[in-house]
Order: sequence, then structure tokens, then C-alpha cells
Amino acid sequence: MMRKFTQKKNAQKKPYYTDRFWVAPQVPKEEVNSDEIFAKDLEELKSNFDIKDAYIQRGQLVVYIGANENVEVLTFLKHKLEYNFLSELSAIDWLEKSGEFEIFYQLLSTSKRKRVRIKFFIKQNREIRTVSKIYKSADWGEREMYDMFGVIITGHHYMKRILMPEDWYDHPLKKSYPLHGDEEASWYEIDKIFGKEYRDIIGPENRDSSRVDENDTYNFSRIHHEVPFGEKPSSKIVETDYQEDGGVFLVKSLKKADSVTLKERP
Amino acid sequence: MAQHKINYLSEAGLPVALTTVDKLIQWGRSNSLWPMTYGLACCAIEMMATGASRYDFDRFGTIFRASPRQSDVLIIAGTLTKKHSPFMRRLYDQMTEPKWVISMGSCANTGGMFNTYATVQGADRIIPVDIYLPGCAPRPETLQYALMLLQKKLRTQSASRKLKPKRLV
Repeated sequence: MMRKFTQKKNAQKKPYYTDRFWVAPQVPKEEVNSDEIFAKDLEELKSNFDIKDAYIQRGQLVVYIGANENVEVLTFLKHKLEYNFLSELSAIDWLEKSGEFEIFYQLLSTSKRKRVRIKFFIKQNREIRTVSKIYKSADWGEREMYDMFGVIITGHHYMKRILMPEDWYDHPLKKSYPLHGDEEASWYEIDKIFGKEYRDIIGPENRDSSRVDENDTYNFSRIHHEVPFGEKPSSKIVETDYQEDGGVFLVKSLKKADSVTLKERP
Repeated sequence: MAQHKINYLSEAGLPVALTTVDKLIQWGRSNSLWPMTYGLACCAIEMMATGASRYDFDRFGTIFRASPRQSDVLIIAGTLTKKHSPFMRRLYDQMTEPKWVISMGSCANTGGMFNTYATVQGADRIIPVDIYLPGCAPRPETLQYALMLLQKKLRTQSASRKLKPKRLV
């Protein structure tokens, strides 16, 4: 009845080994000198910080910095270079490839009408400093980054999971996290509501959408063969019309022949 | 006193209806099913439409209540996430007996398209469900029909206290 089980635990591993020589197409990179404002900004950044790489992609400046300089760079960008708006921040999981997370901050300058992306790599289990004191919008973004990837952030005033329950195990947006959840996740609600000892009674989750159980406990799948709760399925066909044969107590059923259509309002 | 005199034996019958206690109680129950105001996702929009004037749940005696203590029916309208499941169970436990549950839409029935780590794969994993209502999202007519089927189910049941309430475990 069940489909054959295939291991889907590590989604990143699979394309890496089956399509080993396939290289994902990249958006073309341009020289930073091709844009006047970006060239000036990068010049100022380079004179203050160690810039690892910089290019323009789709009209946006991408700058790679050192992992321990994120607060200083973002403070500089906000106060000196007028990038006053942090629109997004998150992490990219490269754990399978290099054991690293790539962190990015997407910034917007409303006065220059330019967007800059600041990026850097950190090893797993390494901490980064919070930027929520510079940009208020980083508050929830950093909480989400911690919740979804397990990136540890220091100095945040309320470092707590934002989407998943607090007692959730692991960080679900990591590539190694199975889509259907791990053992802990699949029993989460049963453990929490009934307790671990009720796992056998409730049974495992049915993740196969095509499965039809003839002898469903609640006779869910047996249309026209419904029986009261807890009883065995029967072969007797049950009519499911709304109008009961004997009529309903104190409720008159409409007879089409008795109904009259008025031509004029009385 | 009224001046006229009605002869009950010949006109309109005696003002007496003979019935059983079961029928009377279930008639009362089935025509005053009060669901809880409890929407989880997009199905809740359809549930609101069913309660509003065009489809008009009130004519079935179905009035949405804001408290689990005052309601008989729990309509699970939407995706039930694992984070939310303890709260759903708690609200169900707070409802007084007798109580019934309508699982509205694919997400509440089986998890629907959310075959993921964060979604409860069928609300019947945590509370016993009386009526499963298919659709994504079900039209208001469908929810009405589900309610009518629930009414029909009640009318065939005994009101006796010997009939044990549904329990999952």
C-alpha cells in the first residue's frame, strides 16, 4: 500500500553527486568602475576596511567583507554613505560544500537610490555580532536567521525563536533538515499534548497523499458506508441525502406541488 | 378572554405533539449548534462568508460564539500547525459536552498540500473529528451542507448519557 521509501535526508548532497560537473548559470558580474556612485562608495569602504571582493550584479553592488567587521561596515554605510534602510538579511547554507554559512545584508539608500549587498562567510557554530542596534529592522531578521539556520548572534536584546515553537529541535531551513521533519518533529504534537507513551496509540503520520485505508478507524474513506464512531465498517449502504425519510420533528419539508409563485406583491 | 372558541378536535388538531425525549432533545441541539469563532487560515474567510448575510448561518440556529465555554461545534477552518496544536487541543478541552468537530478543508483533514515538518497531518491526530469537509477552500454551500449533515447525525443519535463521548485516547 505504501510507496517505496527513498532517503531524502540530505537534499544538498544529491545534486552534488549526480550532477557533479554541472555549474549553475550565474548572472553576469560587472566591474564596480562602471557605476560612478558605487565606485566612490567602494573607494571609501576600501580605505577603511578590508574588502575581499566587490562587483556589480543586476545594478546592485555586492561587497564581501570579513566576518568580524559586520557591525563597523554597516555603521559606516549607514552614517557615512547614507545607506539608511536594511531591507533584508539572512543566511545561505553552504555547509555541505565548505562547512560555512554565507550571511548577507541587503541595504538601500533612499537618497542615492542604490542598493548594496554586504556578504561574508562564517564557519558553523561561530558567532556573529548583532546589527539590530544600527538597523531596527534587523531585530526580527536576526531572530529568524537563528531560528531557521542556527546562526548564533551575540548582543541581541531578545534572542529567541521567532517562527518555530521554543522547544523545537534543530533549525528547519538548513539543507540537511528533511522536508517532512525529523523524528522529533513528526511526533511533536503527540508528545506535547498526550505524552510520549501515546505514540503507539495515535500512530505515525500518514505522509502518503495517495493512501486510502479501507478500514479507516473513523471510516473516513468509506463514503456511503459510514457507521457510528468506534464501530466496525459495514457493507450496508447508507443514504446521505439531507432530508430524512420520516421527516424531521417539528420541521415541515417543502413539497414542490404546494408552493405558489406570486405574480404581484400582496 | 377571547370571544371565539376553537374546536381543537376538528380544527388544526390538538396543540399536542407526541414524541420521544431523545427526539426532542436532539431537535433542540441540532437547531442551536453554536460554533466557536475560530479561524486558522484562508478557510476562515469562507467560514465568515457562511456566517454572513448571503449564506446566513443564523437560519440554522447557528450563531458564532467567541468563547469555547458557550459553543458546541469546533470548525477547524484552516491549516493547523504543530506550534498551534496545543492551543487547539486546549480550546477543545474547554468546550463543554456534548461537542462536535467539523474539520474544514484539505489542510485540516490531512495536512493538505502542506506535507512539511511544521504542519499537523490531519487534525484528527489531536482531536476526534465528526465531519470531514473536503475542498480547498470549501465553498460556503459546502460548509452549510456539512452543518446540515451534522444536524442529521444528531437527530439519529440518542441523547442518553450512556452514549460515551468521543475520545481519541
